[in-house]
Amino acid sequence: MSTLHTVNKSPFTNTGLQSCLDHCKDGDAVLMIEDGVYGALAETVMAERVAGRIGAVSLYVLLPDAAARGLAEKRMLNGIAGVDYEGFVDLVADHDRTLAWL
Amino acid sequence: MSEIKKFLYVNRKAPYGTIYALESLEVVLIGAAFDQDVSLAFLDDGVFQLTRGQDTGALGVKNFSPTFRALGDYDVTKLFVERESLDERGLSEADLQEIMYEDEDDGWAEKPSIRIVSRAEMADLMADQDVVLSF
Repeated sequence: MSTLHTVNKSPFTNTGLQSCLDHCKDGDAVLMIEDGVYGALAETVMAERVAGRIGAVSLYVLLPDAAARGLAEKRMLNGIAGVDYEGFVDLVADHDRTLAWL
Repeated sequence: MSEIKKFLYVNRKAPYGTIYALESLEVVLIGAAFDQDVSLAFLDDGVFQLTRGQDTGALGVKNFSPTFRALGDYDVTKLFVERESLDERGLSEADLQEIMYEDEDDGWAEKPSIRIVSRAEMADLMADQDVVLSF
């Protein structure tokens, strides 16, 4: 029994990612979409907090949203996996529920 | 009878700056017609929705905070409020409205609908749902 969490806001303007990290459980997945993809960046004030959950929680970034914003994968934290739209659907199907952090 | 599912409505926004809070309450009231196992979660700025003393008179918009007190009549009796979110905002349970329901399994005794829970308990609650609707 695990949850897919989606985060769609930048962590620099909205507490959604932080709140998500505070409430997700080991074995859950977090998918960053839309402006949420900025949470995948390395060398930010959020990076350490995000990196701290890598391993216990599976972290994903929606690549089309990252590409649209010019976020190259090399600027992202190690351990965050990129997914396309099909991967997004698979994640939804593979978890018991989806919780959107709006 | 179809299977009863556990529904959680997650409220993380303050009441009047955006339409989320009012829309959530509308959906809860509509959803109450479907006889599911409904819980409401209030965390982050969502805890501001339940504060006492809201007065929107000068704004010309509806003060919907009294509507929370009607939820018990729709068998929506579980309002979980996160303690850490209250603390971070300088609030305590005394700052929240008193919201009661009548427990038909206990001689219609009046009981509080608001349950203050820790962040860890809120995480457990989220992990125990069939459907989560976020606002």
